[in-house]
Amino acid sequence: MMNSPFWRRFRRNKGAVAGMAVLLIVAAVALLGPWLATNDPWAMVEQPFVRPWAEPGFLLGTDTLGRDILSGLVYGARVSLLIGVVSTLVALLIGVTLGAVAGYFGGWIDAALMRFTELFQAVPSFALAIVLVAIFEPSIKSIVVAIAIVSWPPVARLVRSEFLTLRQRDFVQAALLAGQSTPRIILTQILPNAMSPIIVMASLMVATAILLESSLSFLGLGDPNQMSWGYMVGAARTVLRQAWWMALFPGLAIVLTVLALNLVGEGLSDGLNTRLDGRGK
Amino acid sequence: MKRTQFMLTRVLQGLVAILLIATVNFMLVRAAPGDPVSVLAGEAGASDPQFVAQLRAQFGLDQPLSTQLATYVGKVVQLDLGYSYRQQQPVLKLIMDRLPATLLLTGTAFALSLLFGITLGALSARRAGTWVDSGITVVALLFYATPLYWLALMAVLVFTVQLEWLPGFGLMTVGSGATGFALVLDVARHLVLPALTLALFYMAVYARMTRAAMLEVAQMDFVKTARAKGVRPGRILRAHVLRNALLPVVTLAGIQAGGMIGGAVLTETVFAWPGIGRLMFDALLQRDYSLLLGAFLVTAAMAVLFNLITDLVYTLVDPRIELT
Repeated sequence: MMNSPFWRRFRRNKGAVAGMAVLLIVAAVALLGPWLATNDPWAMVEQPFVRPWAEPGFLLGTDTLGRDILSGLVYGARVSLLIGVVSTLVALLIGVTLGAVAGYFGGWIDAALMRFTELFQAVPSFALAIVLVAIFEPSIKSIVVAIAIVSWPPVARLVRSEFLTLRQRDFVQAALLAGQSTPRIILTQILPNAMSPIIVMASLMVATAILLESSLSFLGLGDPNQMSWGYMVGAARTVLRQAWWMALFPGLAIVLTVLALNLVGEGLSDGLNTRLDGRGK
Repeated sequence: MKRTQFMLTRVLQGLVAILLIATVNFMLVRAAPGDPVSVLAGEAGASDPQFVAQLRAQFGLDQPLSTQLATYVGKVVQLDLGYSYRQQQPVLKLIMDRLPATLLLTGTAFALSLLFGITLGALSARRAGTWVDSGITVVALLFYATPLYWLALMAVLVFTVQLEWLPGFGLMTVGSGATGFALVLDVARHLVLPALTLALFYMAVYARMTRAAMLEVAQMDFVKTARAKGVRPGRILRAHVLRNALLPVVTLAGIQAGGMIGGAVLTETVFAWPGIGRLMFDALLQRDYSLLLGAFLVTAAMAVLFNLITDLVYTLVDPRIELT
């Protein structure tokens, strides 16, 4: 399986391989959280403001309340990945449905759905996400919904344009002649052929969603029951002069994860692009 | 004639968009958990029965939903965005007081990001495949993955706390009493870090976009023709390739300009920059939702306005654009 054409093309992109490695590590940390982190991320386990490498057992130091920063990072990985993936799935569900319907049926349905999509694109997405989460009270659920609501329009546009071209192809005409039902043609004939660009876009959307979640948490709009990277940086904002490490490490975790996802996205794009075959890079 | 008609349609579409956003605002308040009046009044205002009664009357909460919506949208049309109980001022006045600071910040950041982004992208495309190209690509990827607020905090840490080169707090030195040129210089020094940190993310976007567009245009026939008739490479790049590659970048920039105002919430929060973004953050902290929704509406209206301006610039720059 590792020798399939897809992986051969993916592996040629060195950045994508490195990104994949980082991503696997972050995912492992998220899964093994409770076994890796020695401390409860919310518990006051030491003196406040312990510097990194100053005390054994607190590699990255402690925060204003004496909470272990390394444990916070480990638990934060869970929230970031969970919200990133789930909100992307929800956005895909909305975007693919609307885009497929618009592209397949065309006409006034297409025109109406595209006006609707444009309206959402006209609104500054981060401001809309802030308002949604604030009004519906911060929780994992409201954050996921808010991120999905601001992220689906590009998916809808992409899927629509794919459907518009695929709709005209012979295999769709054949399926129509064979008397297949409309949902069946959309789901089993056209959608599988439009999957490549959707997958690439999805991997980049997870990265954007993680950035959005961390930005919301930074502003104090994170789920109050979950330790997250953005919240940790936000808590460091007012004590920046005393405790640089409180802001530095969670931020690095975000940069690494988002960068890894973007690199993997480019690798997926190479891997799914069959035209790259037989051409040296 | 055709252009006037085109712009009129666009203006109309923009107005419809703003009204729809106002409707969304209204629905959000209705859908929020709890009594809409206590949502609008915020935590402090809800305990004042007189203010609550006034809000009830103002929004006609005993009326059917459609009448309420009409009342709300009617007030927005008259530029009445409600009253902030916390700040004891009309929402519109609070926003207008903060607008210049936000425009200064986002305008500067916008110009910087376009300037740096296009320059780096063009350099990258010209030296495609060399270490210069790889270096610029890595830098762009890094900034693209860096949260705005974290970059801002790190900039404060390095340039304000450690090196003490630039101020990292506020719009001007408090109590300096500077006027004239000294004041301009003071504000400019305060502007450097917020504008740069806000610009770097978008710079990364424009650099990647410019590079891709230039490499694509370079393959086109008219460029081959120019090369064949012996136009100097530098001139081909500037006059033929770059000019045509800039169109998609300008379109994207117009869309991003609205997003930049949203992103300014983060930058303004870190730098205590007295703009709309900071106002939104304060409204969040104080749960002052009539102020939050008002600021959101103005932000959205500005995004619509920027898109309109882009459309106009676009039709002026490229006569091939079909006016529909």
